[in-house]
Formats: sequence, C-alpha cells, structure tokens
Amino acid sequence: MILTDEQQAILNGEKGETLAKVMETVVRYGELFGAQKLVPVTSKYNHLVTSFGLKMIGPVYDLMNELIEAGAVSKQQFSLDPRPVDKNVPANFLQNLIFNKIMYAKQDFYEGQLKQLGLMNEDAFTCACYMDEVGNKPQKGEVLSWAESSAVVYANSVLGARCNRNSGIIDIMGSVVGYVPYFGLLTDEGRKATWTVEIKTTKKPEAQLLGSAIGMKVMEAVPYVKGLDKWLGNELDDAACTYLKDFGAATASNGAVGLYHIDGLTPEAKELGEALIAENANVYVIDDAELQRVYDSYPVIWKNPNAKPKLCFMGCPHMTLEQLKTWTDRVESALAAKGNQKVAIPTVFTTAPAVIKEFNKTPYAERLKKTGVIVSYICPLMYMNNPLCGKMPVITSSNKLRTYTTARYYTDDEILDQITGGKK
Amino acid sequence: MKQFKGRVVAPGEVTAKAVVSHGGLNTLASFQKALQFGDKNATCGDQNNADLYGKQMAGKALCLPQTIGSTTGGLVIYCACSMGRQPACMLFSQPIDSLAGAGVILADIWLKGDHTKMPVIDSLGEDFLNYVKDDMTVTVKPDGTVEVV
Repeated sequence: MILTDEQQAILNGEKGETLAKVMETVVRYGELFGAQKLVPVTSKYNHLVTSFGLKMIGPVYDLMNELIEAGAVSKQQFSLDPRPVDKNVPANFLQNLIFNKIMYAKQDFYEGQLKQLGLMNEDAFTCACYMDEVGNKPQKGEVLSWAESSAVVYANSVLGARCNRNSGIIDIMGSVVGYVPYFGLLTDEGRKATWTVEIKTTKKPEAQLLGSAIGMKVMEAVPYVKGLDKWLGNELDDAACTYLKDFGAATASNGAVGLYHIDGLTPEAKELGEALIAENANVYVIDDAELQRVYDSYPVIWKNPNAKPKLCFMGCPHMTLEQLKTWTDRVESALAAKGNQKVAIPTVFTTAPAVIKEFNKTPYAERLKKTGVIVSYICPLMYMNNPLCGKMPVITSSNKLRTYTTARYYTDDEILDQITGGKK
Repeated sequence: MKQFKGRVVAPGEVTAKAVVSHGGLNTLASFQKALQFGDKNATCGDQNNADLYGKQMAGKALCLPQTIGSTTGGLVIYCACSMGRQPACMLFSQPIDSLAGAGVILADIWLKGDHTKMPVIDSLGEDFLNYVKDDMTVTVKPDGTVEVV
C-alpha cells in the first residue's frame, strides 16, 4: 500500500506507539483486501456496533482504555447500536439477574468509556442512526468507517454513501486515524452488481421476506433489483425508505449484502441505471412461489413448536416514527374488530430514544399505550442472546432477529393477527 | 495425505484435529455462549449450523468457507484469542471476509503472549473443504501449506 508522508509518519510512531498500532491495523486490514491506498473519512459522524457492556468482552475494554490513555481519540463523534437492557421490557427475576449482574454488568463502565471516546449524546443508541430524529445521516458520496450491517447497507444503498462491512473495533480505528482503506464498496468497481434480481410477484412483497430471499441467494454480492419500483414508486419518500430499511437489514443478516441497487429508486440506480450491472451477472427471479418457498424453509427451533408465544418484538432494525404511528392505527383497528381492548401477547415495539421522545409528543403515544404495547429503546437481539430467552417462544416480523436468535418469523399481517388475539 | 496451499493471513505453525463447517460460520452465534458462560472448549452454540453445533472449537483446526453474520464478528474473534479460547488455526477455503479478517488482524497486532496466537490461512480452495473431515489431522506450515491426514 502506498501511504502519504503523514500516514507513514503515524505508522512509524511519530505520533505515539498506540496511534502507530491503530494505523498498522487499518493498513493491514486494507492490504488483506488488496487496497492500494487509504482515503479520508469524510462523514460528520461515525457509527459503532459495540453498544453493550457484555462482561465477556473485557479485552475490548482494555483496548479502549489503551486508546483513551494514549489520547488516540477520534475527532468524529459517533452514534452506536442500541442499549441491551430496558426495565420496561418484560423480564422475570432470573432474567433480570442474568442481564444486570452477569451478562451486562459492565454497561455503566463501558458507557463511561464511550463518553471519553466521543459519544454524540445519551440518545445516540440505535441501529437506525440515519433517522432524522437521531441526526447521523451521511450525504451521498461521503466515506464512512461504520459498522452495524443494517446501517452500512442503508447508508450505501439508500443514501449513496460509501462504506465497507467493517467489523466492530475496526469501525473506531478508521475514525481515530481519519482514514479507511480503499477497497470493495468504496470503489466504483466494487459497487457494480453481479446479480440481477427480477421481482415478478402479484402483490407488494413483504420487505423482510424479500430481503431474506435475496440475502440467502447472493450472499455478499451486490444485487440490482428490477420491478420493485412498481410497488415502491420512484421517490425515496418515508414509506420507501422505511421499506428499504427493513429489506436491507434482512439482506445483510440473512446473507452479507453491503449494498443493493433498486432500479428507478435508489440514487446510483437512478443516476446510472443498468450500467451498474456487471457483465455476465447472475439472474434471480422472485415470484410468489419463491417467496413462499423461502418462508417455508425457516426452521422452527422452539423447544415446543406449538407453544403459545410469550413475547413479540417488532423493530429490528429500530422502527421509524411513521412506523410507530402506522402500527398504532393498525393495532387499534384490529383490536376493535375483534372486540378486544389490549394485545393478547406481551408486545414490544423498539425504536431510537430520540424517536421515542418525538413519538411521546404525539397523541399516538397514549393511544398505543392503551393497547398494552410497550415502546422501548432496547436491542431485541441483545435481549434474546442468552440461554433463558433461547427457551422462550418469541415471535417477530424481523428476519434479522430470526436469524440470530430462536425468535420465530411471521409476516406483518400474521404478527398483527396474533398479537391482537388471533382469528375471530 | 493431501497438501493444499493458501495465503498466509496470520503466520504460524500448528498441528490439530479438524472440525469442519461447510456453511458460513456465524461467529457471534457460534462463540457467544462459550465466551459468556466460561466454556473453555468453546463449544459451538449456533443451532443453525448443523455441522458444528455442539462441537468443540477451541484448540481445533477450524475449517470453513468464510464467516457470516453480525459485524461484531471480528470483535468476537479478538476476544476469543485474548481469552485463549480460539481455534488452533482457522483455515478458509475462500478469500477471508472483512469481519474475520478484522478479528485476525486485531488479535495479531493488539494481543500479546503465545496463548493468543492463531495461524490463519485463506484461499485454500473448494477441494480443501471437500477433502477435510472432522478429526483428520491438519498441519499448518509457515508458508501457507496445509497438510491433511
């Protein structure tokens, strides 16, 4: 890799041993993927994936301490993934004990470190940091050093920013030195699609199911999706962005997609069209039968597959303000139609702390509360990643949560039906 | 005995028994229980991985195509190495992915002590993953040669 004089000086230790190790990490990471140079990080804010004070990641706290003590701290502030625990979310005595005393016993300590490292603010804990209420929304063409698969794929695809699928810790390293290696999704060549996906469904495909199907098929490749603008339109309005948020998270977790193009809708597809498709790209046709095949392929790993659900999580990735409002209407209407007052299954809608504040200013908040639905800033994935929750029958319409935990996936309509009391 | 040649990602020399995943290794799901609840064998906890679920990974030659899943993956590899619960080596049939690559480099640069080391070879090819089976003896050499017996 060819370095500038400034980069070489840092690598040589002229700005201290710790910063030299940070630079060595970034350089070797890039060399592994054939990067020839480093490019400046140009976004206003960074985004980190490691938000949880898990006792198990003690070595990470040691490394963060080394950065803090050496003054190797970024000039960029950052948002980061959601907090793992919220007392508003139902948990029994044993779960509370495990969450607070064993698993996440280092949460307060770690948040102290985060403040020293450049945490944006107390509300900056969300996987959907690009929502307007949160304020970490990069511009088209900006270069990022982000981690969090769902945020990276959204930033690349919907916002047109440039970011690789970085791991936790690498995210902060790039930000500290101010440079990231130039490879993969940072390059024009790496942003070309090697898969064409043709949507031929008879109705608007479920975002989380479509994303899952594409992720499992193309894995880490870039797909160019045709026929979806028929259902989403040609403008990136609230509804389209929300759809793509959930769709993208499923592509990134069920596969390893870091960028997708939607014909006639996402910025690069609008600008360059099919010129984004590489020669000899593979083709994947998705119709109603294919979506059903994917849906039917999900294993049910509950101990008792026929168990009554004990909890429902919606909002992985975090819900938008509009989603909260829409779902308030939907839950109210479905309950009224069935003659019920409150949800039949404990249900948690998760969203960013900043969105909760805005939601609470609207009349929807009180209406949703009356249905019994809980609104939380928690990360459902972190909540469920323990042996106790592994035995719990949890339902969700998040394909990311399904992939990483024992939660069972249902479509939005099926979830609505179940939480409001089932068939009448 | 069959020999394969790959690219050295983290150098070293080791001999160990193989455990093989034919699908992508979900790093977080596989190591989480091991790291969190003190399992020194690093028993694979990923219920979606039929090849590895319930098998010991610590001290084994972990053979796989690539890693998948959460972008915490590199951090998990780093922590496993720090705690001495890492595989004896990781052997990738494909070019290493960005998450595993990050974890391996972080461990190599930031951790001290022999107990944290883990040789890693990638680009060994599909033949390697088709040939190697659980409990075969795998020897990794410093130049990226992998012998499977």
